[in-house]
Amino acid sequence: MALSVRPAGDFRVSYQQDRTIFPTRGSTLWCIVGILFLCLLPLQIGGKSLVSSYWLALVIQIAYYGIAALGLNILVGFTGQISLGHSAFFGFGAFMSAYLSGKHGVPVALSIPLAGLATGLLGVIVGLPAARLKGLYLAIATLASQFVLQDFFSRAEWFTGGASGANAAPFSLFGYSLSGDRKYYYVVLFYLVIMYVFAANLVRTRDGRAMIAVRDHYLSAEIMGINLTYYRILAFGISSVYAGIGGALMAHYTSFVSAEAFDLLLSINFLAMIIIGGLGSVMGSLMGTVFILFLPEFMQSIVRGIQSFGYAQSAAFIEGLAYMKEMAIGMAIVLFLIFEPDGLAARWRKIKAYWKLYPFSY
Amino acid sequence: MNTTLLLQLLVNGVIVGALYGVVAMCFVLIYKASQVVNFAQGEFVLIGAWACWWLVTSLNLPFWISFPFCLLFMSLLGVLVQIVVLRPLIGEPVISIVMVTIGLSIFFQALLRWIFGVFTQPFPPVFATQTVSILGLNVESAYLMSLAISIVIMAGFAWFFKYSRFGLAMRATAFDQQVAQSLGVSVRQVFAVAWAISAVVSALAGVVVGLVSGVSASVATVGVKVFPAVIGGLESIVGAVLGGLIIGLLEGLAQFFDAEYLHFGNLITIAPFYAMLLILLIKPYGLFGSKNIERV
Repeated sequence: MALSVRPAGDFRVSYQQDRTIFPTRGSTLWCIVGILFLCLLPLQIGGKSLVSSYWLALVIQIAYYGIAALGLNILVGFTGQISLGHSAFFGFGAFMSAYLSGKHGVPVALSIPLAGLATGLLGVIVGLPAARLKGLYLAIATLASQFVLQDFFSRAEWFTGGASGANAAPFSLFGYSLSGDRKYYYVVLFYLVIMYVFAANLVRTRDGRAMIAVRDHYLSAEIMGINLTYYRILAFGISSVYAGIGGALMAHYTSFVSAEAFDLLLSINFLAMIIIGGLGSVMGSLMGTVFILFLPEFMQSIVRGIQSFGYAQSAAFIEGLAYMKEMAIGMAIVLFLIFEPDGLAARWRKIKAYWKLYPFSY
Repeated sequence: MNTTLLLQLLVNGVIVGALYGVVAMCFVLIYKASQVVNFAQGEFVLIGAWACWWLVTSLNLPFWISFPFCLLFMSLLGVLVQIVVLRPLIGEPVISIVMVTIGLSIFFQALLRWIFGVFTQPFPPVFATQTVSILGLNVESAYLMSLAISIVIMAGFAWFFKYSRFGLAMRATAFDQQVAQSLGVSVRQVFAVAWAISAVVSALAGVVVGLVSGVSASVATVGVKVFPAVIGGLESIVGAVLGGLIIGLLEGLAQFFDAEYLHFGNLITIAPFYAMLLILLIKPYGLFGSKNIERV
């Protein structure tokens, strides 16, 4: 989907052009400026912070959920395999990193990538049987693995601490602690950039193209010499690595991991992120994550706005805010699928195309 | 070995399994007719239970008036959902259709908790409850009634699909939409009616569960239990009924072994999913699923 959308008349005539991430020098520049801007966010100038700690915490959440959402997009959006069990992998990464750093004394800086790899291994194991299944049966099988893994988390006391949960050590590098929000932010940002650059590059390689071929027409792909089973399992593995690293980042941010957090609802939220962002779009994954995490804030400000005019002051209405936030997510999924099935990424492309041709756009 | 307990749990398993079978049947009905997997099936069950509860307790209507009204409301809701939400998505990939029903289920769940609260509300007693002794086993009459209703629904489905004109049209649509259309079957109408029937029968199951054990959000977990029940195969209505019974019996067995030997505490909720994973490993298209296996 994302690869084939290009303005009319804009052909890529060489391999060099076909393999670029950034089509023009301007877009490269904008990307670097964007990352530099993100680096500035937690700075404090003269005792006044640029961004309040509340918003900074939200940005950190967006970053680690965004990494996991991108992993799911590689599986669902690029390879076309449905997974309803992503939050279990996310949780496994979180527990694994807490376990390695807490029980075995592995430095946290090392335990995060190790947790990612371990989750990737688990993903391959779960993906092995899933390689035989397609479509709805795969959705149902991954739903079952979600419940089974969640049950494992609440039972395996040696690994997860069982019902009481596990503590995760704070992040430090070469004896220099990076624990507070304003320092840990850079760790999360580092991983965010690395993982997104990796995914953007993956799509350009043979492996990434093979995955897209599997999604678009698996029979043709097989005829062209693509090993379907291999790429389906590979996609499961890569997506689990992403989920594991996202989960590990979350574990060392909240410093406490408990099995209840990784339920079916979180898996559904991950799917909502990539559908709203755009299936098969790398940047769309991040847009969708931003959307899903800002939606509750947005609902809250709407309710505040209504209340400031003197309406809806009753306690029942304020109590209903939590339910309204949930309903908004459900409604957003339905509305996006009906009216903008290609997600925010496609909407963004349309807006760009509109202004590029401005008074003559059609 | 505690034989009485085992038998008791197995009998309960059959009764609960029959209810699972009924809900799974609605699920398969929608899937066969319109190729949509309805993840909001559990919410249909719950909406039906709450609607009937509201009519009985808030409006003080007698049960035999409020029950038909509840079913009427549910059929309208089913058609509405099909027309507003599912019709625009015809021809979209599987993931979109799965997600739109999941979105609906999140929406309905939050809405119901907002309106009716999170606590279990008992139904006012409609039928006199008493314990009946069958072969030395104590079975509550409400359970027996629920089993009877399940069997009646299943028989009704069998008659409907075998002999009624509309049932035949639905089977034709499930078999091949284009051919059915060319023979004068209104596929749109079939889709809408499939959703209406599914919503009505789900609501019936919901009311039965509500009468027995009160209405709360946990009624909707039947919707999750439906997935193990479709190990019978997504395309087979008989398979759905059998799958439901298997899952009910399995739950009974799991409860027995849990109580007697293992002491896990929650084996009953997790055992069906283990069973489902196993069966999907061996038979990727379910026990009675359609045989057009593609090598993957």
